[in-house]
Amino acid sequence: MTAVQDNPPGTTAPATHLPTYDDDAAPPLPHASLGRLSPDERFTQVGSWVAGFALAWVLTQRMLPLGGLPWFLLTWFVLGTLVTGVTAGMRGGTVEVKDQVASSVITGAALVTGAALVSTIVFVGLRGWRPALNLNFFTDDMSGVGPKDGFDRGGILHAILGSGIELGIALAITLPLGIGTAVFMTEVGGRFATIVRTVVEAMTALPSIVAGLFIYTVLIVALGFPRSGFAASMAIAVMMLPIIARAADVVLRVVPDGLREASLALGASRWRTVWHVVLPTARPGLATAVILGVARGVGETSPVLLTSGAAAFVVTGPTDGVMNSLPLFIYTNVRSGEPQAIARAFGAALVLLVLVLALFVIARLLARPKRVTRVSRPAPPSRTAPPSRTARKVVG
Amino acid sequence: MPRTLSRRATGADAVFEHGARVVGASVLVITGGVGLFLAWQAYPTLQRYGVGFFTESQWQPDQDVIGIAAVLVGTVSVALVAMTIAFPLSVLVALYVSEYAPAKARSTLVSLIDLMAAVPSIIYGLWGFFLIMPYAAELAVWLQRNLGWIPFFEVVGSDPNAAVTDTTRYVASAFCAGIAVSMMVMPMACAVMRQVFSQTPQGEKEAALALGATRWGMVGAVVLPFGRGGIIGGTMLGLGRALGETIAVVLIVSPAFEIKPRILEVGTSTVSSLIAGRFGEASASQLSALLAAGFVLFVITLGVNTIAAVMVNRSRSGAGTDA
Repeated sequence: MTAVQDNPPGTTAPATHLPTYDDDAAPPLPHASLGRLSPDERFTQVGSWVAGFALAWVLTQRMLPLGGLPWFLLTWFVLGTLVTGVTAGMRGGTVEVKDQVASSVITGAALVTGAALVSTIVFVGLRGWRPALNLNFFTDDMSGVGPKDGFDRGGILHAILGSGIELGIALAITLPLGIGTAVFMTEVGGRFATIVRTVVEAMTALPSIVAGLFIYTVLIVALGFPRSGFAASMAIAVMMLPIIARAADVVLRVVPDGLREASLALGASRWRTVWHVVLPTARPGLATAVILGVARGVGETSPVLLTSGAAAFVVTGPTDGVMNSLPLFIYTNVRSGEPQAIARAFGAALVLLVLVLALFVIARLLARPKRVTRVSRPAPPSRTAPPSRTARKVVG
Repeated sequence: MPRTLSRRATGADAVFEHGARVVGASVLVITGGVGLFLAWQAYPTLQRYGVGFFTESQWQPDQDVIGIAAVLVGTVSVALVAMTIAFPLSVLVALYVSEYAPAKARSTLVSLIDLMAAVPSIIYGLWGFFLIMPYAAELAVWLQRNLGWIPFFEVVGSDPNAAVTDTTRYVASAFCAGIAVSMMVMPMACAVMRQVFSQTPQGEKEAALALGATRWGMVGAVVLPFGRGGIIGGTMLGLGRALGETIAVVLIVSPAFEIKPRILEVGTSTVSSLIAGRFGEASASQLSALLAAGFVLFVITLGVNTIAAVMVNRSRSGAGTDA
């Protein structure tokens, strides 16, 4: 920038100073890793939390009457954040302090949420493993078993079967209707499709208990149908239909238009395009949508509470009167207040949780993009690296 | 003679188009029918009780006194407690997953959040009732002792400073139910927010970092403004779910029919717990009253969800709310 120019008399030309190298200085240490903290920073970070731990111990165990683990953890978090902020303030300005405090609060929130999820699963597991150890828990029903009988008598076969039957019927109704509607909304379109989409989206807001009450009023009270597995599956279907239709709609909408156009340009009819191009492309996504819908349906208690009634024995006919299901079994047993029954409820809850977990894992595996087996295919270009920590080093 | 072109489908295509239209129409009839049926059933009740349906707090069909004021207040207070807990947690967790977590762990964390959303509500109900409620009661005592001057935290008939506090006055409250419901709605709200956050243009984030912003500076200057629609939309979706949640609330609260904004005190009722508790012994007219209550609940959640959808779509990110 300091180009040749005429200087006004009396001033010296601004000169460019080259930095002078100090030959005696130690060679600059390159960062060991650009993304990671330097040992110095790591020490400060860990040290702050250790200091917070010690302070929290002194404060809760020695000074204030705040015994108990929850208070200790809370104080540790607050004091740790505080010390982190102070150490950050010693090294930088308010910007650094804000950054450090924000990252501890955000990480803390993530830990709390993780702890809640883990505590849910572990708690149900701990309370429910004892009844689930006996084989008869899975092969027997509760007919003739009193609430105080031991775990070697009775089981939840009727509830598992009931859940399966109710969900199977609900799925047989919602799957073709839901995916058919999604196909109609995305592939046929038009003004009528917009109306359908609006109504379907609105009905996803229907609380599940209201869906149950609807079926109860129409099917059981007005039409005189008995409380049965069929009524329960109708309630689940009414609840699940908008959910599956909407999820499938989202999946079908992201199928690239280029694929459709290519198929049509090759002379395929629209029907063949949908059947051979659109649906196969969207299959993993559709499977995920359906399985997540099933996971929602299998755990929903309120529709079956109103419509199915709770049988204590295996019922396989959907119209043969009262039928139990897993969520309903859990609910009625917990409500009974009998310790043994509550333990059974936790056993059933464990089974339900494992079931939902399995469905979830299957959905994830299906949703995973297919692995390419051909060797010759070039590796996909790696995405831009996430923002590294080097950038924030600029701010002192 | 030029060939006439027509967009009209022929042959198999016509069958397909009409078939799809029939499926769409039948779904429209089914789902729309539920809404219309509820409205049709609610109409006589609303006509009979008029405004009193919304201002009366007692639910005594035998004496022809029916109103949803108390249950509406209960519904809203449970949902508000849930959102007070779930909103900050979901924003922070969404930020953690999209900005702070190690890149390798990100996809696992996303799956974990989805898994949390898939855990049945009755399991969160058990968790809240058996594991959390004792702690929640202690926290409630502490809140009343220290913040009792706030009307929400008042508990009538209990002295928090007594030597032995009567914790039975503090359990089965809207506060306890709200904690369990918050666990249910947090992952839903979080999933929407995370999706919107992850669509933040990488270039803008890198620009902020290149200008010397700290990570929080980048989040505050780029990610949060970009994701504002997603934050509001996700919160609204969670709120809609929290308003309609039944089973966790039924498990935890002990029913009480009075307008009670004191969230720490034992006993409350929500619209859905009212339905779950009263449908069995209801006569035809009472059933219609329950349907009216359900219809009001549906209209509220529908309004909340619509606002959510509009907010998410209007934001720059324009992400779908596929929750």
